Amino acid sequence: MQHNIEVNNVGPNGQIMADAVKSCVHCGFCLPACPTYRVLGQEMDSPRGRILLMKNVLEGTLSLNEANPFIEKCLGCMACVTACPPSVPYGDLLVSFREYANETNVKYSFFDKYLKKFMYAIMPYTARFRFVVYIGIILKSLRNFLPLKLRAMFDLLPASFPVNEKFPETVYAIGNKRARVALLQGCVQSVLAPRINQATIRVFARNGIEVIVPQGQGCCGALTYHAGLSDSSRNMALQNMKVFPKDVDAIITTAAGCGSAISEYSRLFQDTPQYEMAMDFSGIVEDAISFLDGLGIVDEVIVNEDREIAYHDACHLSHAQGIRNAPRRLLHHIPRLKIVDIMDGEICCGSAGIYNLEHPEVANKLGVQKAVNIIKTGVDYLVTSNIGCMTQIEVSLRAMNSNINVKHIMEILDDAYRGEF
Amino acid sequence: MSKSFLDKLKDIVTDEQVLTAHSELIPYESDGLTAFKALPRAVVLPNKQSEVISIVRLCHEHSVPFVARGSGTSLSGGSLPNERGIVIGLNRLNSILDLNIEERYAVVECGVINNDVSEASKHYGLHYAPDPSSQLVCTIGGNVAFNSGGAHCLKHGMTSNHVLGIKAVLPDGTVVQIGGHSLDSVGPDLVGLFVGSEGLFGIALEIILRLVPMPEGFRTLLAAYPSMEQAGDAVSSIIDAGLLPTAMEIMDNLTIKAVEATVHAGYPTDAGAVLIVELEGEIVEIEEEFKCLRKIIYESGAYNVTSANNQNERALIWKGRKGAFGALGKISPAYIVQDGVVPRSQLGSALAEIDSLSEKYGIRVANVFHAGDGNLHPNVLFNNSDEEMLEKAELLASEIVQMCIRRGGVITGEHGVGMEKREFMNDMFSDKDMDQMLILTDIIDPHQIANNDKVFSRSRVPGI
Ligand SMILES: Cc1cc2nc3c(=O)[nH]c(=O)nc-3n(C[C@H](O)[C@H](O)[C@H](O)COP(=O)(O)OP(=O)(O)OC[C@H]3O[C@@H](n4cnc5c(N)ncnc54)[C@H](O)[C@@H]3O)c2cc1C
Ligand code: SF4
Ligand code: SF4
Repeated sequence: MQHNIEVNNVGPNGQIMADAVKSCVHCGFCLPACPTYRVLGQEMDSPRGRILLMKNVLEGTLSLNEANPFIEKCLGCMACVTACPPSVPYGDLLVSFREYANETNVKYSFFDKYLKKFMYAIMPYTARFRFVVYIGIILKSLRNFLPLKLRAMFDLLPASFPVNEKFPETVYAIGNKRARVALLQGCVQSVLAPRINQATIRVFARNGIEVIVPQGQGCCGALTYHAGLSDSSRNMALQNMKVFPKDVDAIITTAAGCGSAISEYSRLFQDTPQYEMAMDFSGIVEDAISFLDGLGIVDEVIVNEDREIAYHDACHLSHAQGIRNAPRRLLHHIPRLKIVDIMDGEICCGSAGIYNLEHPEVANKLGVQKAVNIIKTGVDYLVTSNIGCMTQIEVSLRAMNSNINVKHIMEILDDAYRGEF
Repeated sequence: MSKSFLDKLKDIVTDEQVLTAHSELIPYESDGLTAFKALPRAVVLPNKQSEVISIVRLCHEHSVPFVARGSGTSLSGGSLPNERGIVIGLNRLNSILDLNIEERYAVVECGVINNDVSEASKHYGLHYAPDPSSQLVCTIGGNVAFNSGGAHCLKHGMTSNHVLGIKAVLPDGTVVQIGGHSLDSVGPDLVGLFVGSEGLFGIALEIILRLVPMPEGFRTLLAAYPSMEQAGDAVSSIIDAGLLPTAMEIMDNLTIKAVEATVHAGYPTDAGAVLIVELEGEIVEIEEEFKCLRKIIYESGAYNVTSANNQNERALIWKGRKGAFGALGKISPAYIVQDGVVPRSQLGSALAEIDSLSEKYGIRVANVFHAGDGNLHPNVLFNNSDEEMLEKAELLASEIVQMCIRRGGVITGEHGVGMEKREFMNDMFSDKDMDQMLILTDIIDPHQIANNDKVFSRSRVPGI
């Protein structure tokens, strides 16, 4: 699409944004793939519409504050990129634009502004986040007196206090050592569901993979990166680069959102002195699922029952990183297991970072649709690969009185190994 | 637009359904053809049919022009807004109202996406046959307006062969039900008149679609040729041999390269052209035909032939073809898609002529088309930030259309006249024909409000 963007007037990422706009041919193929367009039914909330809005803002023909609410409503799920024939780099455009908006002092409502500040000052920091979750659980009974957006926050909290688990620094491979990896715990996940990392370590050890858990690690920068707060993301990323060793076969993430953000370090560190270092780091980061799939499972899984499960593709694994087959292949190592397809499986569940806190109406609708489609499959287990999706889906299922178990793929494998599946 | 019109609009629907802010209108400024853009006074998004009817009645009462919009994928400016009027977005009317498996028809609202009809009926072994490349996104309402076609229409026919009945609101607000539940009808073929009317006769609300059984099997092959001409000749040989494939599609080297740079369908990038041929029917029958087809393909100079052995391989071959238009965005910031038809016997020479026109103007043309029915899709690739080049591209595109007319073809096979090809109507039709069409349109739309600036240049008054 033709544009009149003055690339030098719109910040350091002007060229990236202009190139993305230029490659969009306005064909509309992304419309039905977009969760917000499906829910809201208007083109301002579609990828094609958002690209046009961003284009107009960058050209100076539309005010940022008028356009931004629609850009804010984007989940960043990247389903549009999967659907797009010329593969418009929408993700680059979105993040760059959000950065541009932040730097141009875009106006948010009072509430949104402080919600953002609060969340980004808390969530990436494990200790602070754990503290807030504790307080939240204590105050949960007050939820009904709160505005919708705060209520959503309480709804997503776990029922019981999460345990603060300490990992040993090294967990040795059982039997023949086939690989040595370092585990990135993930900020939110390590508070809300440390069991996922534990399961991963056990499954890896059984399959001959030595796992080290570097001390002093923190958030990978994903939450703030997707919100266009690059400076803060870079600082967090640098901290991890400092503490992670280089002499490992891979750095493993167990949350799709982390892996997807780290794969974008090339953009985040572009034109910075740390570029090389960032590339060395991100080059060896891999999701636990694809790593294990690539290396191959050697320890046989034995189960006594036929089971049907549904696998939910986390957007940041499937759309953002193109990983769709590896999880299914891994699950097929469990004998007597049937994977049932979820209708509209490629549509986001509404989690998307802190989206379910910022836009609870849209997120709830997506959560309900997802829950309905999962319930329709008639399975007992919903398996996925990202803590955000797990929380959102679990809350949505429970709201519909469904008891379907929600598990990370590593937990299912771990359960199966231990005879508990 | 007077204030009272907008107020009355908001009496029909909620305030949120009426978009008037600049940021809300911009996303509606164009359809799939961005060379044209215009901002309407408002966009209204009805949730149900009764709202559409009331909106049209209000427009008629106030003589406010309206443009219906499905998914806005038209490639001819068909859903381009009218600056004096409103856009009626029909995407929310997306219910499949009835699936009658025994009688093999579906009743759908106009905003239902083409592919969703096939998805809903596939459990019963049925599908909706017309398959525009945009089938994952375009609406049945848009398909009806343009009589859209697709790769598989060679055997099955276009949209008009699959629409049994229509419930429509005419531009004066009258609601009519034309056609019925079966192909046989008594009296004039009003459905035939409505299909392809490009929104000029009002809005289709509900459409009764014919469903056809899924064939027992498919055989799909992809053949690479050193030149376009050889691929074109192969098409003629296939037809001459008495075979009737369901689809025959050709893509030239430029298109192949664009496709491979994006969807990676496994097309050989060194080929001058690739030809896709698909057979469908009973398995015994198509296996025989396939043998015959392979023989013809090899004899016609193909140097690389792959046939799909399973559904995934078939899907991959088609993925490239269906993604071809979009993929061109990768190699050019702008393009004009032409859609002229030439008699099939002239395919080879028409393509050669396009080649020399492309050379004359120094502008690349990528060809991807429905070879079986002579429906060309030359894509004129240019950089439209360069004014001079834009002009040249438009001239080149118009010479291609003229060539189609000269060869006894037509100006559009399936994308419609819309805004873009209005000027060629006079070359295609005699003054008398034009008069008759305008008179008919004026009877149906006395206030000239239904997409009225499309298809005809209204500067022309009947009889003058
Ligand atoms: C990448 C790409 C590939 C394409 N491939 C093909 C192809 O293979 N074959 C083909 O035929 N076309 C193709 N098209 C063109 C386009 O998809 C079709 O014309 C389609 O039918 C338009 O549907 P829509 O819902 O997007 O309609 P819109 O673009 O929204 O509208 C098209 C026209 O229909 C009118 N209209 C819409 N809804 C109604 C209604 N309910 N009642 C009355 N009038 C209505 C509009 O006013 C407008 O004039 C392609 C387009 C793209 C972008
Ligand atoms: S599918 Fe891609 S090219 Fe087409 S409108 Fe959407 S973003 Fe643009
Ligand atoms: S990232 Fe997701 S929500 Fe955002 S425009 Fe793309 S498909 Fe829609």
